[in-house]
Amino acid sequence: MEKIISGKNIAVNEEGYLTDFSQWNKEIGEALAKEANITLTPRHWEVLAYLQESHKNEIPLSIRKVGKSGVVDIKEFYELFPQGPLKTATKIAGIPKPVSCI
Amino acid sequence: MKRLLILGAGTSGTMMANHLKHELDQEEWEIVIIDECDTHYYQPGYLFLPFDLYAPEDIQKPIRDFIPRGVNFMHEKLDKILPAEQRVISANGDSFHYDLLIIATGTKPAPDETTGMLGKEWKKSVFDFYTYDGALDLRNKLREWEGGKLVVHITEMPIKCPVAPLEFAFLADSYFKHKGIRDKVDITFVTPMSGAFTKPKATAALNHLLTEKHINIIPDFAIERIDNDNKTIVDYGGSSVPFDLLVTVPTNKGDALIERSGLGDELNYVPTNKGTLQSKDYPNIFVLGDASNLPASKAGSVAHFEAEILTENIKRYIAGEPLKADFDGHANCFVETGNGKALLLDFNYSHEPVEGEFPIPGIGPLRLLKESRMNHMGKMAFRWIYWNMLLKGTHIPFVSAAMSESGKHYDK
Repeated sequence: MEKIISGKNIAVNEEGYLTDFSQWNKEIGEALAKEANITLTPRHWEVLAYLQESHKNEIPLSIRKVGKSGVVDIKEFYELFPQGPLKTATKIAGIPKPVSCI
Repeated sequence: MKRLLILGAGTSGTMMANHLKHELDQEEWEIVIIDECDTHYYQPGYLFLPFDLYAPEDIQKPIRDFIPRGVNFMHEKLDKILPAEQRVISANGDSFHYDLLIIATGTKPAPDETTGMLGKEWKKSVFDFYTYDGALDLRNKLREWEGGKLVVHITEMPIKCPVAPLEFAFLADSYFKHKGIRDKVDITFVTPMSGAFTKPKATAALNHLLTEKHINIIPDFAIERIDNDNKTIVDYGGSSVPFDLLVTVPTNKGDALIERSGLGDELNYVPTNKGTLQSKDYPNIFVLGDASNLPASKAGSVAHFEAEILTENIKRYIAGEPLKADFDGHANCFVETGNGKALLLDFNYSHEPVEGEFPIPGIGPLRLLKESRMNHMGKMAFRWIYWNMLLKGTHIPFVSAAMSESGKHYDK
């Protein structure tokens, strides 16, 4: 399915996660953050860049992994992206929602 | 003489010893299995022990009873695996060379990973049931507990037997009803997941059961610490849940041996090819059961299906043939729902649990994703199957390693 984000037709899944990362850019990220009531600061962008880099390198993401990344600790991750930080941050970053491994 | 070394004589290691005993040429291969314990625990029984449904003697037997003749069992604590040298070193300095290594060292609760979990309330009002001692202590607590706020809690995923915490909540509902104090007990299920389970259809069915049994659910809760003074669990977002009795499933981690050997990921699980079960780093190391980082359930049924696939791949490896990526993530889990009923889940990497009949399509007798007494009888019968068939590597009729899609009601 498609959704208009920041004036463009973007391919998303039923939960609103981008299905084609090549369609992502910073404006899209800003628009998705706004939907989640988050105003992106430079700190947010550092975390988003880390998540995108991990995804590119096929590293499975978990809260623990992010907390141990040295980029951000779990406490701050929650402050930046309240309520389900990994789900919210991956959506804004334009990468798939991390699957729980069971 | 070549040596195949199996680390861990739990469910996975024992099954492999039994399979390989029949498959490897005894003139050419010596099979050695090492474990630091003498007792084999029937781990699904940890769920029933706290409620006095099983007695301690129902769920433990000597490891040696299940190791086939011709396989050498060594009771040793291990210090390190040295993959470059193809050696394993024990805690007292013995060295074991191997040509082929199977890692089956499982996963263990690590309550020290959460701030305050091992605080002054540990074993007073904070319990776990993923160890034999924990389940027994909890049984003694429940026998005298008079009610209040019971919180059943998962710390973080992945955990062994991901449905067990839910089953605990269901059985608690049933247990307190029978005791006549259900009205004095408030049961809350707290999970880091977005719902009762990770897969949508099973979550819907299980959420429905929670509601029916008046069990509250608090999803998306990532615990930061336990506040022992106020008896609350606190999440990273700042919200907290009060308890009088907390039954938690601590973070699960692979064995510390894996960490000491530098073979694991951040949770000490060994990176493993999800189809072939070969270690991603060393071709002569294979990994089975909970010890791997496979995106499959950490459950005995998964290990059982893996063991059949791994046996074939070990034979191929020895023969110098290419391995087959045959493992599909198949899991088969009974979920006790209390009052003598259970439901059944059957799924794999790509197919979520749905309704249907099992194991014979259209007939059953077991029903998938629906509560029934027959499912409960299946779960009860499973203890016998475990001791008498599963550990011995006997094929279970009608249930194949590769998940069958027939008899399952998938959306078109």
